[in-house]
Amino acid sequence: MVRRVTIHKALAAVLLTVPLAFAAGGLPAWGASPSSPQRILAIGGAVTETLYALGLEDRVVAVDTSSTYPLRALSEKPNVGYLRALSPEGVLSVGPDLIIALDGAGPPDAVKVLKGAAIAFETVPEARNEAGVLAAIRRIAALAGVPERGEELAQAVGEDFKALALIRARIPAPRSAVFVLSASGAAPVVGGAGTGVQAMFELAGVSNAMAALHGYKPAVGEAVLGADPYAIVLMKDQNHALSDDALKAMPAFAGTSALMAGRFYHIDGGYLLSFGPRTPQAARDLAALIYPELALPALPVRAYDPASPAAASGAP
Amino acid sequence: MVLSSVSPVAPPRARRPRRALLALCLCGVLVILAFLASLAIGPVTIAPGRIVEILAAALRGERPGGAALREAVIVLDVRLPRTLLGLLVGGGIALAGALTQGIFRNPLADPGLIGISNGAALAAAVWIVAGGHLAFYLPPALADAGLPLMAFCGALIATVALYAISTHEGRTSVVTMLFAGIAIAALGAAGTGLTVFVASDQQLRDFTFWSFGSLGGATWQKVAAALPFMVLLAVICSRLARALDALALGEAEAFHVGIDVQRAKWLAILGIAAGAGASVAVAGVIGFIGLVVPHLIRLMFGPGHRLLLPCAALLGGALLLGADVVARTIVSPAELPLGVVTAGFGAPFFLWLLLRRRAALMG
Repeated sequence: MVRRVTIHKALAAVLLTVPLAFAAGGLPAWGASPSSPQRILAIGGAVTETLYALGLEDRVVAVDTSSTYPLRALSEKPNVGYLRALSPEGVLSVGPDLIIALDGAGPPDAVKVLKGAAIAFETVPEARNEAGVLAAIRRIAALAGVPERGEELAQAVGEDFKALALIRARIPAPRSAVFVLSASGAAPVVGGAGTGVQAMFELAGVSNAMAALHGYKPAVGEAVLGADPYAIVLMKDQNHALSDDALKAMPAFAGTSALMAGRFYHIDGGYLLSFGPRTPQAARDLAALIYPELALPALPVRAYDPASPAAASGAP
Repeated sequence: MVLSSVSPVAPPRARRPRRALLALCLCGVLVILAFLASLAIGPVTIAPGRIVEILAAALRGERPGGAALREAVIVLDVRLPRTLLGLLVGGGIALAGALTQGIFRNPLADPGLIGISNGAALAAAVWIVAGGHLAFYLPPALADAGLPLMAFCGALIATVALYAISTHEGRTSVVTMLFAGIAIAALGAAGTGLTVFVASDQQLRDFTFWSFGSLGGATWQKVAAALPFMVLLAVICSRLARALDALALGEAEAFHVGIDVQRAKWLAILGIAAGAGASVAVAGVIGFIGLVVPHLIRLMFGPGHRLLLPCAALLGGALLLGADVVARTIVSPAELPLGVVTAGFGAPFFLWLLLRRRAALMG
């Protein structure tokens, strides 16, 4: 009985404070509805990025390994591991009331246990183009109980995509590039058709020199040589094997115009491949690297992308 | 030969019962401790009293709702099946390892060496890569069970092939079996490599995680699926202990003391396939335990199989549970692959043990 009384008191206190907070302008205009989930577990880089962009950082209780943006997400929030190898008890230990995961999160048995514990487990399809990115933003916002904010964000991102299309229209003839995922083995592992890289190249008006391959595959040296890519795109300092020197030493690249002219471009992997709200910016930055002489304009600066990283670190 | 301790230097008859009792008690206590630890320790802190309450309520057929639901799910649907599966798998791979070493009279043999794990791994890789397309046409229950089922079939096919190749005119040659096993292992690895080559990025990561083993996907269905195979393995072991002791002296010697050598080989192969196949099927490839647990028992209690087999089963279960507790708490809320822990902690310990016993073993 004693406990029930305290709960009533607490309830009364809350009910009294809410109108006060409204009166003082303490809640934002598009405040979340009271029933919306308060402890969200974000699984997938795009999900985390979108939740942060929606201003829901405080409601994210934990993230997964691929949540590399914003940088503080992984350092400030608990990390439940790789999205396809979730531990049910680990996930339960962060006490989420909603899990928003990219498609393919699992394993299925772990998802079953979580659903058995009466936790909402919602998936978002992985986006690969403008429509996909915008749909994912709207869906994540709706799940989090803030559809209006989602609409606002989707419109901003949609405008950026339109600006990106104008930028693409200025490219006279597409140049080809190769994306090198790793170069630690004998043959460089490159991004082929059906990968996020291919989709990002399309958005940036760049043709994928390795489109004949499917997925991320080790490429035969001669295939790279034959395609003669204009530029080589790499992820930023993932490991030493991806240093420019290591690439120059690989026979696969010897004699390509990319290597002769020193056109290696390092771009943050999460920025390039997560297909979150910053996708148009990432595509524009990639295009600016490949077509420097066109002096492509920057996209508007967005609050969720404060210092739109000029992205380039390699030779201009 | 450093590790030739498979030879049966039976301890004096009179001292045996007390020694055996001591050994069994020791392993039993370890299993109980590991069992309790595995139930009590995890990323979510639940008071031991609560765990007992939840278990007691479950025995009465009650299941709490509301706020207590989460704790009940953790204890009943996560930790309990995981603990039981750990006992079954740990005991199973240790027994399969002891049987393999016994039947091949080779202390370095384990189901991985003779291609059984590789057969399972190949089948699992094929399922991970191609199963997604197949799953559309299968009933959901079968599609869910596809990976463990395929892994078990892979282990079984590898074992049957091994047995067929090395049996000639009704006699199985252990040496041929060892060589054939190595060839089958290489073939399996090549097939796995090919499958990995055509795999997508995600499938590749799925396979990598699977190949390091995990009890993370433990469910009651998996416990129920693994149980009959482990029971079969245990029954076979209880029938084979005497035969394995005699075989350690040599095939001719075993025959002369009245052992049906061909039957012993046949039973052992069946047991190895059941133990290794079912373990790989429900928990992926977990290295090290099958190779090393039998050695630990031999180093501590001697080579007699009547003691070695039950002790190996108990110690294997206890060690795997211990490793799993580490795997799921050390990087919580994420989880380390189990194989990383078993090998990462176990191998250095085994080396240390070897160094300490080096003088004695060199004799």
